[in-house]
Amino acid sequence: MSATMEPAAHVSSAVRTDAPPAILLDKVNKWYGALHVLRDINLSVAQGERVVVCGPSGSGKSTMIRCINRLEQHQEGRIIVDNIELSDDLRSLDAIRREVGMVFQSFNLFPHLTILENCTLAPIWVRRMPKKEAEALAMDYLTRVKIPEQANKYPGQLSGGQQQRVAIARALCMKPKIMLFDEPTSALDPEMIKEVLDTMVMLADTGMTMICVTHEMGFARQVADRVVFMDRGEIVESGVPEQLFNDPKTERLKTFLSQILRGH
Amino acid sequence: MAEIAAEASAPRPLQDAVIGPRRPPLLAVGPVAWAKTNLFSSWLSTAVTLALGYLIIRWAMGFIDWAFVNAIWSVPVTNGQAQTQACRALNGTGACWAVVTEKHRFMLFGTYPYEEHWRPALCVLLFIGLYIVSAMRRFWRKELALIWIGTLALIGLLMWGGVFGLSYVPQERWGGLVITLILSTFGIALAFPLSILVALGRRSRLPAIKTLCILYVELIRGVPLISLLFMASVMFPLFLPEGINIDKLLRAQVAIILFAAAYLAEVVRGGLQALPRGQYEAADALGLGFWQKTGFIILPQALRLVIPPLVNTFIGMFKDTSLVLIIGIFDLLTAGKTAIVEPAWQGFGIEIYVTIGLIYFIFCFAMSRYSQGLEAELNQHRVR
Repeated sequence: MSATMEPAAHVSSAVRTDAPPAILLDKVNKWYGALHVLRDINLSVAQGERVVVCGPSGSGKSTMIRCINRLEQHQEGRIIVDNIELSDDLRSLDAIRREVGMVFQSFNLFPHLTILENCTLAPIWVRRMPKKEAEALAMDYLTRVKIPEQANKYPGQLSGGQQQRVAIARALCMKPKIMLFDEPTSALDPEMIKEVLDTMVMLADTGMTMICVTHEMGFARQVADRVVFMDRGEIVESGVPEQLFNDPKTERLKTFLSQILRGH
Repeated sequence: MAEIAAEASAPRPLQDAVIGPRRPPLLAVGPVAWAKTNLFSSWLSTAVTLALGYLIIRWAMGFIDWAFVNAIWSVPVTNGQAQTQACRALNGTGACWAVVTEKHRFMLFGTYPYEEHWRPALCVLLFIGLYIVSAMRRFWRKELALIWIGTLALIGLLMWGGVFGLSYVPQERWGGLVITLILSTFGIALAFPLSILVALGRRSRLPAIKTLCILYVELIRGVPLISLLFMASVMFPLFLPEGINIDKLLRAQVAIILFAAAYLAEVVRGGLQALPRGQYEAADALGLGFWQKTGFIILPQALRLVIPPLVNTFIGMFKDTSLVLIIGIFDLLTAGKTAIVEPAWQGFGIEIYVTIGLIYFIFCFAMSRYSQGLEAELNQHRVR
């Protein structure tokens, strides 16, 4: 690792174990055709908990978090988000998506809208927020991710790191209770990874419930309350970062960690 | 050779100073240089240039002679009969524009009562005004829909009459350019939204809607427009209960709308498919509903992508309205054809067709140029 993120002082945790879990996956199974991509996934994420999901590509980690806001449908088991069970009922789906923000590997900003419009669209139309208020909120978040001066540009005019920070701000403008990150730094040039990770650390500091699929082990050590290791559609191991990284129990995790370290 | 290689591979001294930008090497510019590279680069290209230049100049001079120098612009009229002997004496060496001078009203307005011609004339102007207003982006607001409804209602009122002291003119007497504009404007204005719905329906997850949309597109696209027009004019009335008669123009209009929408739907679908899946997912993840996602995210991007094929279809539609001649509706082309049925004017088709062609060309070329401008303007966000 090119030392983009030194294991710094652990960000103070805000895990609330007394409250009901923010996300609960109970024996979740999913198939693509005959391919069994999620196998009996059990995962409970407490409010304020920060979970990092890692694993080799094709291990189902992206599929798992995409099931949480139903960009993918699971076929067996239950997923309960913010006390609402995911079902075919569209209203419950809308309710969940309002509370769950998502950041994608490929940013997925809307290229025909300005940065400000990207951030205000959903608050105005989904949250029914007055335009002025939505714009003030968007400028507030754009300031926090340190790009307020780009508000009137189009996504195509920004660097990858800036676009990803806008994507984070856009998700935050919906005031979500939970944030999902699907490999947010994988499509970025090395010099831009840090600015995005810094933004995510800042967010973690606010006590946001987060699930983050990433290979940034420095980030995991600094921020995560728990690291979940997935392989071939299963959760193989999970635990606090130090324990998982320093004392892997399974061969699969050992192999994965050695590959990650050799790769950098 | 070795020196060059050595020079190229010689290491540049390490330095911290940034090398300043340079201008690109000056290319030969200007019209003379352009002609030299494009027209006279070799003896073969020079020969081709000269030969083509000769042919073009000869043809152009012949055309100028025919269209202007030897042309006759008007002929005397006695007892309501045009005296076309002078034109016939030209024997094809000059244009007889007199036929256009004489018959332009018929070409533009068909058999509409002569003293009421100001009404279709005003309608043509209203249509053109409507196009200009719609073309300007600063009018792209909700009010534009009201302007359209208002203008189209006003046009209907002017054409039919029967109120406000305007005499009633039955639809059978309408004709000429105004018919072409009515058919194509209503055609595009209604076919376009319909096509968007069909394109969305074809991608629907609901099997009934999807099947219906596929059937619609494949059935309509699978038959010629002429057969649809025949069905609309001949077959359709057979299925209606007696005493009920739907206006022939309206039936043709519906046929044109259905036909065009099938083609446009496929164009729009192409745009929908070209959008990356991430755009749909991002909109979903933000909690936007289907119509919000479609209206704010998907369509604005998809339609921009397909402006060239959309306008292609619009232009095709504009010209296809001339097919209504086979069911006896007097559009611009039919009116022109009919104008030269009169014995005195028989044989002056070229002048009429050149004029009609020019009118079609002006409308189509305007559409084409406008779409190019619009494309550049709307895709500005892609420019870095």
